[in-house]
Amino acid sequence: MQANPTVQVRDLWMSFPGKRSGEQVHVLERINFEVRQGEFVCIVGPSGCGKSTLLNIIGGFLRGSRGDVMVEGQPVAGPDPRRIFVFQENGVFPWLTVTENIGFGLLKKSEPERAKIVAHYIEMVGLNGFERAYPRELSGGMKQRVEIARALAANPDIIYMDEPFGALDFITRLKMRADLVRIWQSEKKTILFVTHDIEEAVQLSDRVLVMSKRPATIQTIVSIDLPRPRDLDSAGYLETRDRIFSAMGMSLRIGENEKEALPISAQQPV
Amino acid sequence: MTGKLAWTKIALPLGVAALLLLAWDAAVRVSGSDIFPRPHEVLRGIIQLIEQGLLLKYVVASLFRVTWGFTLAVLIGVPFGLFLGWYGWAFQAFNPMIQMLRPISPIAWIPVAILWFKVTDKAPIFLIFLASVFPIAVSAIAAVQNMQPVYLRAARNFGLTQLQLFRRVILPATLPQIITGIRIALGVAWLVVVAAEMIAVNSGLGYLIIDARNAGKRYDLVVAGMVMIGLIGLVLDLLVRQLEKFDEVRWGYANR
Repeated sequence: MQANPTVQVRDLWMSFPGKRSGEQVHVLERINFEVRQGEFVCIVGPSGCGKSTLLNIIGGFLRGSRGDVMVEGQPVAGPDPRRIFVFQENGVFPWLTVTENIGFGLLKKSEPERAKIVAHYIEMVGLNGFERAYPRELSGGMKQRVEIARALAANPDIIYMDEPFGALDFITRLKMRADLVRIWQSEKKTILFVTHDIEEAVQLSDRVLVMSKRPATIQTIVSIDLPRPRDLDSAGYLETRDRIFSAMGMSLRIGENEKEALPISAQQPV
Repeated sequence: MTGKLAWTKIALPLGVAALLLLAWDAAVRVSGSDIFPRPHEVLRGIIQLIEQGLLLKYVVASLFRVTWGFTLAVLIGVPFGLFLGWYGWAFQAFNPMIQMLRPISPIAWIPVAILWFKVTDKAPIFLIFLASVFPIAVSAIAAVQNMQPVYLRAARNFGLTQLQLFRRVILPATLPQIITGIRIALGVAWLVVVAAEMIAVNSGLGYLIIDARNAGKRYDLVVAGMVMIGLIGLVLDLLVRQLEKFDEVRWGYANR
């Protein structure tokens, strides 16, 4: 079972109608990849390249223009409670308490069973003492924890995460990443995680899909076989990170021209 | 610090009220008018109305009409607005008609209301309904249309049925804005009941004002009626504001 692909994307294309009539904006081209069960895969790419679009197609919120997306052997027909999406803009319901939010997907369970599951995940994401708090009383990081707990409580096979830590500050982000890896290790879910932050991808995942600029293709797939917990100073970590940076055509030396940068003579006068 | 703030919160408005009363009194004396009442004469008028039992009777009559017209407007306006906000085709079909009917002042409907309902309570109730149903429906439409898409997407992800989606997401997500619409509508309803009672019926605060003027130029009673209308309007608004303090809707109002 372990090696079976749970998500299969085959020759996926996506284009939107553009601003002018008849015009098509090509967002995704020829996307092919698979995610194995229990794997933690990150999708990185420049802002606006279409990585969120890709995740939304896999999640069933959008439809691709061409190609197949199969999850657990079935073509994706729409959103499904067996695969929960964690949104960048935080989808925690502001009219419900922490407890009610986390139990949102558990309506079919009996009251005591629901309470047990909710208590378990409140503990797991470290929100003890905030059970009856409303989201407006929580920090950004805590709200994101509520959403992750809500996703886990529904016991999905796969969790899709669309830049879930994008709006958090640096320290909170580091902490959230460590917690997410710990939770992933204990819950054994498949996670597909979109980010524009290369460091984040290297810290979290088993494999990184590197996407190009629009129209996005998968430029390269980098396997990260660094042991966990990951040492952010180790040669292996730095080497992997740099490999992805250079795959995206970026220099790590501030002040140096990017590889794709125009020659000085062709640039706009200051 | 907070103690001082609370003190000024009461003292400053009272000061302004006192200044206004003094200015009013001075203006009447300087002009030498023997028709327009001085503040203490208005107070005497209010006391006289209370003693005759008229004030309570008229206040109850006005509130009765507002309660009926307004309740009907909420019962019809909220579901109708939610429906139009959710279904784009319904919005396209009905919105032009709503926008055309909405600017017609309820006062303009008075002759029609009398024609249909004669001089009964139904006429002002109908007018109050007309005045308040539009702000309520329009705020419910906007509330649905402005809903954060992420809430709907999350709800769809959890596999909710249409009914669950409505009860667990759409209704709570739109409630804060609907309550704001209800507050505006109640204010308008209170404005309209007075106008309607001046023409369409023989009781209520509006009737009190027009009757006091027509039967003997009792301007002390006219102003007494005005003061009562203002005070009751204030109390009504304070009551509706309490709705905005519930935990389920407080998120919808910034910095409160």
